[in-house]
Amino acid sequence: MSTQIAAPRVPARGSPSGSRLGSLASYVVLTLGTLVVIFPFLWMIATSFKLPQDLYSLRLIPATATFGNYAEIFEKAPFFSWIGNTVLLALITVTTVIVFDTMVGYVLAKFSFVGKSVIFLLIISTLMVPTEMLIIPWYLIATELGWSDTYWGVLFPGIITAFGIFLMRQFMESLPSELLDAARIDGLNEWGIMARIAIPLVKPAIAALTILTFISSWNQFTWPLIVLQTEERFTIPVGILYFSSELKDSASWILIMTGATVSILPLIALFLVFQKQIIRGIALSGMK
Amino acid sequence: MIAQAIRLTARKSRELLGIRLSYRTQRYVFIYLVLAFPLLYFLGTRLLPILYAFNVSVREWDLLSQEKPYVGFANFTALFEDEVFRKSIVNTLIYVAVGVPGQLAVGLAVALLLHNVRRFRGLFRTIYFIPYVTSAVAVSWVFRWILMRNGWLNETLLGLGLEPQLFLQSPRQAIYLVILTIIWQSIGFQMLVFLTGLEGVPRMYYDAAAIDGAGPWRRFRHVTLPLLNPVIVFSVVIGAISYLQTFGQVLSMTNGEPLNSTRTIVLHVYALAFQRFQMGSAAAATVILFVMILALTLLQFKLVRRKVEY
Repeated sequence: MSTQIAAPRVPARGSPSGSRLGSLASYVVLTLGTLVVIFPFLWMIATSFKLPQDLYSLRLIPATATFGNYAEIFEKAPFFSWIGNTVLLALITVTTVIVFDTMVGYVLAKFSFVGKSVIFLLIISTLMVPTEMLIIPWYLIATELGWSDTYWGVLFPGIITAFGIFLMRQFMESLPSELLDAARIDGLNEWGIMARIAIPLVKPAIAALTILTFISSWNQFTWPLIVLQTEERFTIPVGILYFSSELKDSASWILIMTGATVSILPLIALFLVFQKQIIRGIALSGMK
Repeated sequence: MIAQAIRLTARKSRELLGIRLSYRTQRYVFIYLVLAFPLLYFLGTRLLPILYAFNVSVREWDLLSQEKPYVGFANFTALFEDEVFRKSIVNTLIYVAVGVPGQLAVGLAVALLLHNVRRFRGLFRTIYFIPYVTSAVAVSWVFRWILMRNGWLNETLLGLGLEPQLFLQSPRQAIYLVILTIIWQSIGFQMLVFLTGLEGVPRMYYDAAAIDGAGPWRRFRHVTLPLLNPVIVFSVVIGAISYLQTFGQVLSMTNGEPLNSTRTIVLHVYALAFQRFQMGSAAAATVILFVMILALTLLQFKLVRRKVEY
């Protein structure tokens, strides 16, 4: 260590708050934190492999492990249907969201026109009115139109999302307008420009929005709970609630945890595979 | 200049149904065609339902009878006279008052720690984020299992020689445990928001402060915090709006019990609408919730005006 007079105690690179010891403490705390974050999942998975007699054992890895619980929940409840419903609804939602949000985002980013600010304001204000507030009117309207207990009934509130529009708009704003104008001069019409030039350039944003929308659709709870009545048509979160509330004795907790595992693991797997896109999508949307 | 060039070239592509359009017209046709359906959609699924809800809230509306007579503010007064509803308002405010600072503190702390370390950042970020992508309902059941009378937490406390707790059975503890579950799930998102904010703080401010003799704590208070102000406001407002609508976690963990100590406004709405079929009262409660959210959002605009610039 050289002796410098009045040198700031901020290292040349790395952390702004200095000391080696500080960094070490940070690592320790962060690692402890990960245990807190991960443990509930580990405990959930561990429980799902337990035999009823091990119900109250505190071991993370059960003395005897069994896959029987998984077989049992698929017998006791229409888990296959639930998974199928959830996946189907998620895929449809993702498709409509990508198609519409991208187009609207493109127009809002790259064009100026009469009424633009009004329209923009309208879309912003929809962010202010979140789902839980709208469920009563949605329910009444849907029932009246015969959409109750149908796929369409679950889907219609989520076809286009303001969040997605903003995300695409943010991304599109950085597209060079000169590129688009050059295409216009070359005689390409607006639709062609959007489809063949603008959209291929924003593939990362589309990927991020796809994954985020898929995850969000999978985890939707309140509205599907209200609109779906038949057990076979439930989505996974609704099914889990229904399934878990019906079970009465303590040993059923094993099955409840098994159900929870089935509903959580696919998304964790999805997240681990696509984490870069997911995190980028959220970071992008945070810049207001 | 560019516009001129565009106008002069390739008129063929600007034909619609055989009619030749000027560049400007074609542009507007495109814009409005693209926006038409989405706008109608938002009007129909966001704006119209709000007006519809206002209408329902001033009527006596149950699903079984044909008549839906106008009753003025009767639903609203009935709600405010209902002890359980008043309790759910108080509870909901507790959710906000404890949950928002709670998740802010935790998220900021994790973000600061992550900002402070060089290696394994990506790994830590991934792990902390996992709870956020999981279903709130499933997570609630997992925590409920852990917090059972002879669940993992109580057994561990016993093992450490401490008293087992009532947790979700206790009218005093239950609400804080539900809030804890929600905070736990939100750590990843909050961390990400603050990480992005932290990375936007130019190093030279820290260096300048350090040269002026400020230690780590003072650098945090006088450089980091003020420059994170917009991010903090963002987190607070989005968080508050979210906590005001707590529903799924409460339904799964306690269903409002014990003794309505965890009941939220939305849970009450759900009970009114789908267990007692009193749509009028339920709609009135959502209107009250809407006003609360509106007030909060307007407060945000006021707060953001007071931006801190250095």
